[in-house]
Amino acid sequence: MQLFYHTGRYFELVFNAFRRPERFSIYWKQIVHEVDKIGVQSIGIISLLSLFMGAVICIQTAANIDSGWIPAYTIGFTVRQTLILEFCPTIIPVIMAGKVGSNIASEIGTMRIKEEIDALDIMGVNSAGFLILPKIVAALFIFPFLVVISMFLGIGAGAVVGEMAGVVGYADYEIGIQYDFKPFQVIYAIIKTVVFAFIITSVSAYHGYYTSGGALEVGKSSTQAVVYSIVLIMVTNYIITQLLLV
Amino acid sequence: MIEVVNLFKEFNGQQVLHDVDAVFEPGKVNFIIGRSGSGKSVLTKCIVGLFEVTSGQILYDGRDFTSMGRNERKAIRQEIGMLFQGSALFDSLTVLENVMFPLTMFGEMSKEEMTERADFCLKRVQLENAHDKFPSEISGGMQKRVGIARAIAMRPKYLFCDEPNSGLDPQTSIIIDNLIREITLEYGITTVVVSHDMNSVIEIGDNINFVNKGTIWWKGTRKDILKTENQELNDFVYASEFLKQIRHNLG
Repeated sequence: MQLFYHTGRYFELVFNAFRRPERFSIYWKQIVHEVDKIGVQSIGIISLLSLFMGAVICIQTAANIDSGWIPAYTIGFTVRQTLILEFCPTIIPVIMAGKVGSNIASEIGTMRIKEEIDALDIMGVNSAGFLILPKIVAALFIFPFLVVISMFLGIGAGAVVGEMAGVVGYADYEIGIQYDFKPFQVIYAIIKTVVFAFIITSVSAYHGYYTSGGALEVGKSSTQAVVYSIVLIMVTNYIITQLLLV
Repeated sequence: MIEVVNLFKEFNGQQVLHDVDAVFEPGKVNFIIGRSGSGKSVLTKCIVGLFEVTSGQILYDGRDFTSMGRNERKAIRQEIGMLFQGSALFDSLTVLENVMFPLTMFGEMSKEEMTERADFCLKRVQLENAHDKFPSEISGGMQKRVGIARAIAMRPKYLFCDEPNSGLDPQTSIIIDNLIREITLEYGITTVVVSHDMNSVIEIGDNINFVNKGTIWWKGTRKDILKTENQELNDFVYASEFLKQIRHNLG
């Protein structure tokens, strides 16, 4: 019964968040602010993770290919496929769920316990729309860029590390990353990213919005936001993959 | 004028308010007092629409708030100003931006006019030098005054103050009380104050509603409260031995 209760309340909140804004110019400013907070301020961590993951995948693949029958370009191919299909569109959003999701839940949760959301409601402001919609729109917009940046950096790092470590030359690696390339797989990755962006922002906002109590409950909401976002990302990942790739 | 007619409120089948009838008059400071857990906060939240009532009516100048749709309620809410117990200022905005917030969301003014209005409200609460400060940089009393400035920015017809003196020293409390009274008289606002603070009640209370066991137990003026024989009210007002002794000595 609790599952139905929370699901119903979640969809009600999302519906309210998408009601017509009171003033578009204010919402626009909020969206720009959120793009900076959610996206631009995450570029550093995402770049760092992508560089190291690309490098590690390259070395691991090379270490597992010790047969002369398997061509060296397989390393470039494997790095590309791993990054485009799974690491960038799924693991990066999981990391973002930890960084951005907990931030959203704690920010909105603190506003709830400090009666700031009540203040908005009493003024006649649609608090769900004002607080949640800009975050959702900003994440839907910026997450695909972050993921594409991550793909380029990861694949690039694989090339540099492969050459430096002497496991695969640039030429073979280049053949590998071009081999059997299907552009739809990038589209599939971006579709997943957009869905995960929606899950992270809306689920985290839901947990923050319905926080009650004090600082302890804000912490609890923040943890729940991350846990539920990650679980939903994993379940949705399977469903999207089944629908789009099989 | 705000009228509460035969209001009932239940949470999960448990009755919190029952048979509540009250009238809050314009140009007067109307108090809701009562013990913790008596239902006064729930009553206030029902009146401002943060809680849906189980049954009954809430009339804002004859307009039934309980039967209104979302958009009609929105219109009424723009006539309401509220000062919260913890001030509920937006941490990420400066004092001036906090006061301007309702104007930017709903006011049909130019930026200069909005700044002028916010300036006026801040001057009214004697905070003309705090424009660029953030809520975390000012004292609790100043935060309350910013809260009042924000509440009056839209020229409300109804002002709600939830525990306006909680956490404030006696002298600052008197400043806040006087400000609430002056604003009420100056603009003819219907002011509803929820408080435990008997100093405020005696100082500025015109109409007093004592909530006990989920209903309005007693109504009267501040003069009436001093000579009432209502046992529950006396237990609340003269809670300490010291006050009981004073009352006894005064006869």
